[in-house]
Amino acid sequence: MLDIQNLKVVFGTGRLRVEAVKNVSFHVEQGAAYGLVGESGSGKSTVLRAICGLAPITGGRVTVNGEAVTSPRSKAFYRTVQMVFQDPYASLHPRHTVDSTLSEPLAIHGEKDAESRILQALREVGLGPSFRFRYPHQLSGGQRQRIAIARALILRPKVLLLDEPTSALDASVQAEILNLLDDLRRRLGLTYILVSHDLAVVAHLCERLLVMQHGEAVEETTAAALRSGAASNEYTQSLIQASQGFTRAAPQPAQAPAA
Amino acid sequence: MTKPLLDVEDLRVRFHLRTGTVEAVRGVSFQLGRERLGIVGESGSGKSQTGRAILGLTPPPGEVTAKRLAFDGIDLQKASKRTLRDLRGGRISMVMQDPKYSLNPVMTIGEQIIEAYQAHRKASKAEARDRALAMLEAVKMRDPTRVFSLYPHEVSGGMGQRAMIAMMLVTDPDLLIADEPTSALDVTVSMEVLRILDELVTERGMGLIFISHDLKLVSSFCDRVLVMYAGRVVEELEAKNLRDAQHPYTQGLMRCLPTLADDVRPLPTLNRDPAWAL
Repeated sequence: MLDIQNLKVVFGTGRLRVEAVKNVSFHVEQGAAYGLVGESGSGKSTVLRAICGLAPITGGRVTVNGEAVTSPRSKAFYRTVQMVFQDPYASLHPRHTVDSTLSEPLAIHGEKDAESRILQALREVGLGPSFRFRYPHQLSGGQRQRIAIARALILRPKVLLLDEPTSALDASVQAEILNLLDDLRRRLGLTYILVSHDLAVVAHLCERLLVMQHGEAVEETTAAALRSGAASNEYTQSLIQASQGFTRAAPQPAQAPAA
Repeated sequence: MTKPLLDVEDLRVRFHLRTGTVEAVRGVSFQLGRERLGIVGESGSGKSQTGRAILGLTPPPGEVTAKRLAFDGIDLQKASKRTLRDLRGGRISMVMQDPKYSLNPVMTIGEQIIEAYQAHRKASKAEARDRALAMLEAVKMRDPTRVFSLYPHEVSGGMGQRAMIAMMLVTDPDLLIADEPTSALDVTVSMEVLRILDELVTERGMGLIFISHDLKLVSSFCDRVLVMYAGRVVEELEAKNLRDAQHPYTQGLMRCLPTLADDVRPLPTLNRDPAWAL
């Protein structure tokens, strides 16, 4: 479904040149969920942004459904690939109602039946029609993220790019959103690429994952291997350890924070 | 029994708004010795307001009342502004969530630490400078003299938070209130910051109030945990006995986290019982 070969993303030139992503390759099958894990600055979000055209592709190839992406991305691309952002407090327009947020992609793509599509989208994410004319400030964080997911799904895409979809939410709300994402994938046959710093979340949602550090792919592994604690890489091991909670007198993490 | 460091009884924080009165904290009581106390809860549970009320940092139009609010025998409600100012930063310090917002962007890290020290201790500039450098070293900055002259925007989140901790601990306070000190940081970095915090708190025999939404983290870091829901403490328990939590809210919070250890699908969600908030 999605194939990334030697992806390279560079920001700035000269002294300000930063190689955010260096030669990252992976392949995601149709209907699979693929995780990208790493700490901030590891380039995991940049990979997602490069796929959907929010960051430049400096080198390498991104193919969706066997076709190389064009810059700028075509309308057809956005019918196939949609993105859900991290912070539902920032990603919804504060002065647009749910209805206008959801009808905008339909209008751009010249879709008919806006009314029924919007109601259906709201149903899919577990919200009733009563939410249709509310503003974002009248919604809780979890409800906002549901609207963001509904907005991404309303064009019936095949691939959903999820950038830390639950990290701004409370634990109990996170569980609800993860269940929703799990359920939607099964019902609609979606393909996910999930970026998260939380190993447990990635292992819950994805089958395979890529661990990234400093813009490079460190290790590709499976959720099953992660659960059994089998990680060949030292860095992955330190991430697993950190996710278990605080331990006194534990060995120092394998890597000091970047200055 | 030794006198508790902090004694809070029936603490209430109210906000009188146009739309009515919101009670953010509704009758919280606890005593703190020289130990690590965790306060856990979801957003809106009143955990941060509890921490702020102790320091007298409740933003207007908030109103704080308590039957007793005493720090080391000093009644914080009756204390003069001057006494409060001496206590704050001197004997009680607070580490905030995000170093990006809590450090002064136009002062170097070193100057800020010196300012914090000189505000509470009579010291010459040179002496304060030595203290600041020693403190930066204590929070494991690799090159204290370099970090000393950097501005907050020039350091990473983890370094900023360590600088914040250095600033808060430079006066050797008796009580440290840490409000989500690591939630803006990466997992591996946050473990390192916690380890430094843990060492310093143990070494200096401080009392610590650790406010967080992360139950797992708090239980592994603190001695005792208060679980808050809708402005009340619904359960108090020893951190090591967290697994035997009695209250359905605490149990629900524990279960709804995905873990690496087992694969539960769908994740159990929290069914909020209106009776919990009563």
